[in-house]
Amino acid sequence: MDYYENYLKKFEGKTFFILGDEAVAYGALFARCNFFGGYPITPASEVAELIARLLPNVNGYYVQFEDEIASIGAVIGAAWAGGKAMTATSGPGFSLMQENIGYAVMTETPCVIVDVQRSGPSTGQATKPAQGDVMQARWGTHGDHEIIALAPSSVQECFDLMIDCFNLSEIYRTPVILLTDGEIGHLREKMVMPKLKDVKIVKRPKAKDNKSVFGGQLIPPMMEFGRGGFIHVTGSTHKTSGMRDVESQEVHEELITRIYKKIETNREKIVRIEKKHMKNAKVAVVSYGASARPSLGAVERARRNKKKVGFFRFITIWPFARKQITELGKQVDTILVPEMNLGQISREIERFVDCEVISVPKIGGIVHSIDEIYAKIKEVV
Amino acid sequence: MKYLREEIFPTKFCSGCGCGTVLNCYAHAIDELGLNPENIVSVTGIGCSSWIPSPYLKCDTLHTTHGRPLAFATGVKIMKPDMDVVVIAGDGDIAGIGGNHLIHSARRNLDISVFLVNNYIYGMTGGQVSPTTPMGHPTTTTPYKNIEHPMKIAELVAAAGASYVARWTTYNVFPLMESMQNAFKKKGFSFIEILSPCPVAHGRKIGMREGQDYLNMFKEKAIKIEKVKNLSEKELEDRIVIGKFVDRERTEFTESLRKLNQERIGK
Amino acid sequence: MIEIDEELCKGCGICTDFCPMKVLETSDKINKKGYYPPKAVKEDECLGCRLCELLCPEFAIFIINE
Ligand SMILES: Cc1ncc(C[n+]2csc(CCOP(=O)(O)OP(=O)(O)O)c2C)c(N)n1
Ligand code: SF4
Ligand code: SF4
Repeated sequence: MDYYENYLKKFEGKTFFILGDEAVAYGALFARCNFFGGYPITPASEVAELIARLLPNVNGYYVQFEDEIASIGAVIGAAWAGGKAMTATSGPGFSLMQENIGYAVMTETPCVIVDVQRSGPSTGQATKPAQGDVMQARWGTHGDHEIIALAPSSVQECFDLMIDCFNLSEIYRTPVILLTDGEIGHLREKMVMPKLKDVKIVKRPKAKDNKSVFGGQLIPPMMEFGRGGFIHVTGSTHKTSGMRDVESQEVHEELITRIYKKIETNREKIVRIEKKHMKNAKVAVVSYGASARPSLGAVERARRNKKKVGFFRFITIWPFARKQITELGKQVDTILVPEMNLGQISREIERFVDCEVISVPKIGGIVHSIDEIYAKIKEVV
Repeated sequence: MKYLREEIFPTKFCSGCGCGTVLNCYAHAIDELGLNPENIVSVTGIGCSSWIPSPYLKCDTLHTTHGRPLAFATGVKIMKPDMDVVVIAGDGDIAGIGGNHLIHSARRNLDISVFLVNNYIYGMTGGQVSPTTPMGHPTTTTPYKNIEHPMKIAELVAAAGASYVARWTTYNVFPLMESMQNAFKKKGFSFIEILSPCPVAHGRKIGMREGQDYLNMFKEKAIKIEKVKNLSEKELEDRIVIGKFVDRERTEFTESLRKLNQERIGK
Repeated sequence: MIEIDEELCKGCGICTDFCPMKVLETSDKINKKGYYPPKAVKEDECLGCRLCELLCPEFAIFIINE
């Protein structure tokens, strides 16, 4: 019996007034997640609390582990045992997970990591939101790699992107990060649950034999444990068969380049952005996540005041929307980048445009106000 | 032997290393139980001992990060409760960097078998002190001598709540093999601490350059747990207590998880 | 019957040292890896206890009990 179908029917089509974190949990459920390993941390605990309540009803498993290292480890183990697995955390826990996120990259393990960003470094302002993990999401684990990270700006998007995260992780056989923040996580607003038939779920491609579970094509299909494949999964450099080979330069180069390319060459398929009011704009406000909300507010105020200002939002943070940003840089003279850090994405944008890029940072645990961003707009138009 | 990836033998272990003996006992244990290797997942960490099944044993193998095999194994076992999940790794891995996972997996009484290969040292990295290095032994990072107390791992796991706990050495191959079979059969967290020679990274600093030096030492120092009741801590200081420490029934974790789901789905 | 796969042997000498009947001895043949594998010198005295089979770290010895 499909416990899942039955249980989800209770929710489909309904309108909820819930937290972003709760929408993440429901999104995971609609994506057919069946394993969650986690450790409590503000402002991500609400994800765990709700999913702990939901999963047993669909014959899924929730485990609170002894730490975040164990959580992500179990998530990866569960994925190789056929599970659709996830974890949710915030900065300190995300830092602890980095080694095993690299393991998931290297072993091409589909799984989802939710990072509800909070103010750091260290314990920082533990209960306050921030967007300081943008570069950690990109480069937190050691070694060359690509990563996928999506950033929701609303409660509805927490739900929708969570399903996308699971699907992307299956399509590209890679860990995917939902890079949300404490502001969105703790924001309560309206969201609508989709009809079940409208939710697209990507099924994990299954390998026919064990010869090329780790190569042979750009994205090789997986083989789960217990299928008689005698699969060898290792985070060490390995051949197409999975067998360790840590000596050969060629084997390493081939493996890492392929893992890198499977995301790099599909960049345009993964990148999602939102543009508004871009017609004849000479200034663009570029943002993502929580800070995109006041950014849009400020742009709309500017438009009402006849200023040629547009709005550009990253939904996909990584891989970076290079092409779209380069085009934007050709259209406008100035790009303003409000973000809740000291300019992490702003610096990334600078690499791809010739126009002026102005960082509009806001740290200390509160989101920019519309006034603040509007004041910046006025300075440049 | 059908349980081995024969094409990659001989192993990469040093001559006289106990890792091969542990692999030998493991393969024989599986063989004698007549287990289907397609139903076994070996989960390992990073270290020489982690190479015991990875890749020599022909079964599904998850070679994880240093210290974390128990965490990965928990995810595997929950999703595949009918498979035999076996964790094999070193003292540095399971008791050192991953010690917390050991305590908590035993506390949950997760139904897996854990074979901890205690070779008194960090072998793979070239002989640094480990949490089980005896006091007084010089190592590359305790060049004068080790001044820390070694950890009593089997005793720790017994206290943490495991269903089955034993300690053997690679000299006691027959009891070890039998103990491995019991670990397989036991529902719950089954843990065997296996004292094993590392004549290269550990032994060379203390004049034990051959595997035999260890086996002779094990033979001499080992004392059966049944015989230690009336001995003082002082008298046991330099002895190796071997045998079965714990064999009990205790609610198992994945079964509880399943029961909980049944209760919910029944509604 | 004692079956020895000489090419697997790493010459650690564990089997020769711990055989209770001293059935095995280090031979003077050198294998491809440069080790001296054991040879059975008193096969008729073998108890079939399989101690050498289990102790060997390289799966180089198998005792086939008829
Ligand atoms: C996080 C991390 N820290 C350090 C290492 C380096 N390292 C590899 S193996 C090892 C110790 C191995 O010792 P043990 O677990 O006792 O296994 P042995 O090699 O002795 O069998 C260390 C410290 C690592 N791989 N990862
Ligand atoms: S270093 Fe020690 S543990 Fe590692 S293979 Fe050599 S003898 Fe065995
Ligand atoms: S125990 Fe095995 S490896 Fe060692 S000498 Fe005997 S046959 Fe060779």
